[in-house]
Amino acid sequence: MKKEFKIIASLVKKDTRVLDVGCGDGELMSFIFNNISQDVRGIEISKNNVQKCISKGLTVIEGDAESDLFQFPDSSFDFVVLSQTLQAFLNPEKVLDELLRVGKKAIVTIPNFGHWKVRINLLFKGTMPVTKSLPHEWYNTPNLHMCTIKDFFDFCDKKKIKFIKSLALNQESVKNISKINLGTRNFFSDLGIFLIEK
Amino acid sequence: MTKFDNINKIIVKDQLKLDCGKIISDFPIAYETYGKLNSKKDNAILVFHALTGDQFVTDINPITKKDGWWKYAVGPDKAIDTNKYFVICANVLGGCMGSFGPNSLNKETGKPYGNDFPVITINDMVNAQYFLLKHFKIDKLFCVTGGSMGGMQVLQFVANFPGASHTAVPIACTSNHSAQNIGFNELGRQAIMADVNWKSGKYEETNSSPNKGLSVARMAAHITYLSKDALQEKFGRKLQERDDLKFSFDADFQIESYLRHQGSVFVDRFDANSYLYITRAMDYFDLNKKYGGNLSKAFENSKTKFFIISFTSDWLYPSSENREIVIALNSIGADVGYVEIESDKGHDSFLLNVPDFLETLKNFLNNSYERLNEKRI
Repeated sequence: MKKEFKIIASLVKKDTRVLDVGCGDGELMSFIFNNISQDVRGIEISKNNVQKCISKGLTVIEGDAESDLFQFPDSSFDFVVLSQTLQAFLNPEKVLDELLRVGKKAIVTIPNFGHWKVRINLLFKGTMPVTKSLPHEWYNTPNLHMCTIKDFFDFCDKKKIKFIKSLALNQESVKNISKINLGTRNFFSDLGIFLIEK
Repeated sequence: MTKFDNINKIIVKDQLKLDCGKIISDFPIAYETYGKLNSKKDNAILVFHALTGDQFVTDINPITKKDGWWKYAVGPDKAIDTNKYFVICANVLGGCMGSFGPNSLNKETGKPYGNDFPVITINDMVNAQYFLLKHFKIDKLFCVTGGSMGGMQVLQFVANFPGASHTAVPIACTSNHSAQNIGFNELGRQAIMADVNWKSGKYEETNSSPNKGLSVARMAAHITYLSKDALQEKFGRKLQERDDLKFSFDADFQIESYLRHQGSVFVDRFDANSYLYITRAMDYFDLNKKYGGNLSKAFENSKTKFFIISFTSDWLYPSSENREIVIALNSIGADVGYVEIESDKGHDSFLLNVPDFLETLKNFLNNSYERLNEKRI
């Protein structure tokens, strides 16, 4: 299982109610089910992935996070997970609001557009960045709203969303993000992982 | 001596109050079973059939000598694996395969009920089939499942008996019959009633049968079970055993010939009055209304694990209607999974060899069953 998922799983408390938004083939869900909480649900847009989840015995509904989260009541989950998809929504702000309505807490991860490799790409090559964690070309990327760790920080501040835990992942190393080291983390990290609440 | 003497049935001695207000008792419910009930009695699956189905889910139907209607899904090593599960299916109340229906004999008159049979509902059907659980001394089913009207019965069953099944798989169905579907059913009924041989429902007394009307009803309904694309691909404008149009009203086109064939084989196995009664039951089905306009309330007391399946090309019970059930369940935090299966075979997809569907159903059942025994995946 990839490091990102291990970190997400470590943020989920035992025997709580979890919703994995955009759960893919259910890898993270299976891990959570077997190790942390059996009360885990998923929502996934790809039929193929939904079928994979079902074959693993996971409870998943086929649906679009952008339009289908409305059906879950307020605070009906303890943790709502959104891994690396916030930037792909038409309206990330609305989705984030929905995550924090449905979940008491949300775990959101974002690919960091502020990473130095990305910056160098644009600065010296003059082309839209293509890196290991952002492998798409500008014309086929699903990422409509790329942001940096700092952008996400500022955005949540503005929306009065509280950070319970902020982690920066660079390859295998995990570091805390704070207001003081934000600039450095934003420069050196591939991925931001945030445990937030309203 | 009738053709139904050698099939399994229970005689329900208890009184059953129907939605129309009438009380029935001492009536037969015909059923069939497949596989073995284990000693823990935790492997039973109750299958509900659709409008024109019957209790003979798989293998050869001993009455019609044709394959069972769900042969692709039910059997050894199939999606509903009869090596593992004990499958029970009953002929619905109002049916014509041995259960209490309009062609049953009215003891008061000595004649078949015909249209003196009480109008029945999906709720009545489900309540009648519940007696089978007592018969088999099963406290809790592993699963209730069915497609189309079978799916409606699944929803009604869980609403009526919240603790009676661990899992529920309603397939290609709805929680309330749409205007379009009521319209199609009415078309079928009018075709039957317009046949002179219907004789106000008393045709059994004169040994006649409104075959023309029933076959037209079936032809119209059959179109609704398929998709435009599938029809186009299979038949297009192909002609039936001729090189050119005949400038007549013969079946020039293959699709005409196909539908006529579907109509004519249907009348051999189905009763016109049953068709009237069962379509009526479907039209009356509105679980939302029954729970004050809030479908969620129907499932409030249930811990049942739901898995809902719809098909992309099903325009009779479209995914949007299936999704309404998912939404109602999610809004009360129920355990519900949902998938829309890609298929061009229309509403009939659930009856046909659609590997993605069969595989998904199999996986859901087997995983859920394992999980009941061991909470780990």
